[in-house]
Amino acid sequence: MAIATPPTPAAAERMELLEQMWQARPGVLGWLTTTDHKRVGLLYFWTTLALFGAGGVEALIMRTQLAAPNQHLVSPNTYDQLFTVHGITMIFFFIIPMTTGAFGNYLLPLMIGARDMAFPRMNALSYWIFLGSAIFLYVSVVLGIAPNAGWFDYVPLASREFNPGHNIDFYCLAIIFNGIASSLTAAQFIVTIFKSRAPGMSFNRMPLFCFAFLAAAGGLLVALPLLTVDTIFLFLDRNVGTHFFDISHGGSAYLWQHLFWMFGHPEVYILIVPAFGIATEIIPAFTQRRVTAFPLVAMAELLVVFIGFGVWGHHMFATGLPTITAVFFAAATAMVVIPSTIQVFAWCMTMILGTPRFRTPLLFIAGFIFMFVMGGLTGIMFVAIPFDQQVTDTYFIIAHFHYIIFGAAVFPIFGGMYYWFPKVTGRLYHERPGQISFWILFLGTNLLFFPMHIVGLLGMTRREYTYPSGLGWGPYNLAETIGGYITGAGILLLFGNLVWSYFTCEEAGPDPWHGATLEWTTSSPPPPYNYAVIPYVTSAYSNWDPDDRAEDRRKLAQGTLALLEGHEQPAVTPVDATFDEIVEMPHDSPWPVLLALFMTLVFSMLVIGKYGVAGVMAIGCVVALFGWHSKEPQEA
Amino acid sequence: MGPSPKRHAWAARGLAAACVGLIAAGCDEQQNALAPKSHQATDIARLFWWMMGIAWGGLALVVLMLLLAWRRARRKRSDDPKEGERTAFRVVIGGGIVFPIVLIAALFVVADIFVIKTTQAPAKGATEMTIRVIGHQWWWEVKYPGTTAVTANEIHIPARTPVRVDVSSADVIHSFWVPRLNRTIDAFPGRTNSIELYADAAGRYRGQCDEFCGLQHAHMAFYVFADPPKRFRAWLANMEKPAAAPQGALAQRGQQVFLNGPCANCHTIRGTSASSDVGPDLTHLQTRTTLAALAIPNRRADLAGWIENSQHVKPGNQMPDIRLSGSQLHALLAYLEQLH
Repeated sequence: MAIATPPTPAAAERMELLEQMWQARPGVLGWLTTTDHKRVGLLYFWTTLALFGAGGVEALIMRTQLAAPNQHLVSPNTYDQLFTVHGITMIFFFIIPMTTGAFGNYLLPLMIGARDMAFPRMNALSYWIFLGSAIFLYVSVVLGIAPNAGWFDYVPLASREFNPGHNIDFYCLAIIFNGIASSLTAAQFIVTIFKSRAPGMSFNRMPLFCFAFLAAAGGLLVALPLLTVDTIFLFLDRNVGTHFFDISHGGSAYLWQHLFWMFGHPEVYILIVPAFGIATEIIPAFTQRRVTAFPLVAMAELLVVFIGFGVWGHHMFATGLPTITAVFFAAATAMVVIPSTIQVFAWCMTMILGTPRFRTPLLFIAGFIFMFVMGGLTGIMFVAIPFDQQVTDTYFIIAHFHYIIFGAAVFPIFGGMYYWFPKVTGRLYHERPGQISFWILFLGTNLLFFPMHIVGLLGMTRREYTYPSGLGWGPYNLAETIGGYITGAGILLLFGNLVWSYFTCEEAGPDPWHGATLEWTTSSPPPPYNYAVIPYVTSAYSNWDPDDRAEDRRKLAQGTLALLEGHEQPAVTPVDATFDEIVEMPHDSPWPVLLALFMTLVFSMLVIGKYGVAGVMAIGCVVALFGWHSKEPQEA
Repeated sequence: MGPSPKRHAWAARGLAAACVGLIAAGCDEQQNALAPKSHQATDIARLFWWMMGIAWGGLALVVLMLLLAWRRARRKRSDDPKEGERTAFRVVIGGGIVFPIVLIAALFVVADIFVIKTTQAPAKGATEMTIRVIGHQWWWEVKYPGTTAVTANEIHIPARTPVRVDVSSADVIHSFWVPRLNRTIDAFPGRTNSIELYADAAGRYRGQCDEFCGLQHAHMAFYVFADPPKRFRAWLANMEKPAAAPQGALAQRGQQVFLNGPCANCHTIRGTSASSDVGPDLTHLQTRTTLAALAIPNRRADLAGWIENSQHVKPGNQMPDIRLSGSQLHALLAYLEQLH
């Protein structure tokens, strides 16, 4: 047992004191001004869940239209907006903010034994900016002028000449706006991981989950500027008259594609690497065994993102790249397979050698391994340039990346929701409906995505709002649509079960799974200060080190490293995590939400071309920044 | 309650067997990459079947490991947390590093050093003839360099003859794809990409724009007709000629409707004053079997519907609905029907 229960009356007093110091303001104001990473994580969770629902509804409308040949449920114009917004939503407004924003924010500080993120106000700011950008994008959806040139948004189709409305302006600004939020999160994660770990948690003792999030954050920080530059160029081309992509004035349409995919392919790994992290937490907990080949897996998580930066050209094999260039990118694409196979074998061997309990979270991870391998195997096929060029932009590609994105990125998210549900809510969940929801989802997604391989090989291209009969595509599309609805039902059951569990299940206690990492040593839900004393760490599986946990209780009884003098947390040296200094942490603040509000107004004015008003709103941003920095935390 | 990974394997296998059967079954009209009719497409299809076979093997291996894990769920927990660690490490090195490197290196050599030679752009002068295809929103313009022949959406080539196709675009990016003959190639504005078309047998091969190009991307298909060489030469000779003068009063009146109305603003009929290149060349309209990039068949009723209601047939396309009186339309159709 951990320090969820105080060992002595003196310890209880200390915990009381911490509770008062770290407590949030009550009510709505408390949520608006919060800097608590757990609250920010929950805000991210609920917001991204709503956006996941929106993206799912968009997908179902498209699948309904495609259920049979020659259907006209929605117009071509609407259909183009649907698939564009579906892609943008799922990538930028669901998976990235769900993994980094919700899972990362909530769990990362807990796993490294910290009391908060390194920059709590910046953390809150990134959420409010994210919310602003989501509202900004969905205003365009409601107005019927949503982005309509695909999430890849190729020029010249996206140029003003061929797309004169505001659709693409919304695209550019929503991506730039959202990118600010993701960059803040990424920078914050890197600093938090390097500086806020519990003293003693050197890199070889850091949970694999944190390596995965470090990889994702590093990838985001390097990749996002490329997309930001690309979208700024496009916005300028469209609204100011520059010629970055304008072929008739010496610009290049290739430039857009290169910059986009230099961002876009690392992005794919950024999407799935946090899922790897979730898998490497659930597997030890439900097999009661440490992950096999720990250093290889940790390196693989970092390498997959690193190599991912060298493969963007395989998205452009059909554009007429010189053969030698294409061959280079194919070779790089082949290399990226290795870190992935290392992890698959390590996960499987850990399960084989441990004592797996196939409860809902581990079921989702087993399903994830199956789906990831399916999607990975078709991914390897794209090393073969002629085959890639044969199936590019067909449904074969859609099958491939939905196995990766839905199967490999979202299944672990679902598994993680069940796994950490007791930690976040303090309650257990109903096991049987959880398992049933897994099997429905597994069946549904395979029925939804597997036939896409076949229909792609039969020649069905992507982004067709309708298709003719007589080409043999109809039955497969019908099966996909049925699979889509089954998937939707599975998702509803999955969340319904969690809501039902929240109200009806018994209390979970701090550690229902005998989990491996630090978050299971504190109470469920964790107190606002996370840990009454900064935990003592000698391995990456801290909750399985009973001596270290006894040490924590002893320290709490003595009052060492409880940091009772103020709103404080320790900082460590980046690599070895030896104690460096005590840092005073900021309190709740109204400035992040105000700054984000002004930024939302700036972007709203930019999209309608009121640059003067946008400038005035930008002054509001500067004022908010002054307010923010007028009251800095005191040096300790 | 037992979730069994065994069921994964059976379901996946069953699905695979079903799909292979259905692919082979085929349909009346095909755009099937696995029903190749050229050595290029055959090479690609063969490559795919090999890759798929090996991929199923890889998947089976992983499913086997999951099954093993499932069996382990029933045993009692071992007291030694390090038990089997050395074996596990060796499996990770062997299965996760050595095994994929060998397989992927083999794939890389076969696909990207050998197969690619047949599918890459042909060198200039390596083929017997060259044609030019220009993508437009949302139709294909087809030219035969060295001749005056111009047509749209229905490309004729001689069978069993290598033909180089130079592909470009007049507006946005399109992609030229005839899966039964060869892989896709982008039609890029301001740039020419090339691909070889070769058909093993005379026949009609469906192709389609393979890069999203706007509202009517779904209706930007085309046919490649591989004709016996003799028939191809006759076809080309006819295409080179200007349109014959209209026969009969009705058709003559129809020509006046065409030339004095909005039609001539966008279309060319060689041999008349209509010479605009916004829309397809209509000089030999009746040699084509379809209209509007395969959206509708080329029959009188469909042609009339297209002229009057093209925005209903293909919403967003560049041709406006043309308002004509009944007699004007009647005359215009009579004229267009003579464009053989």
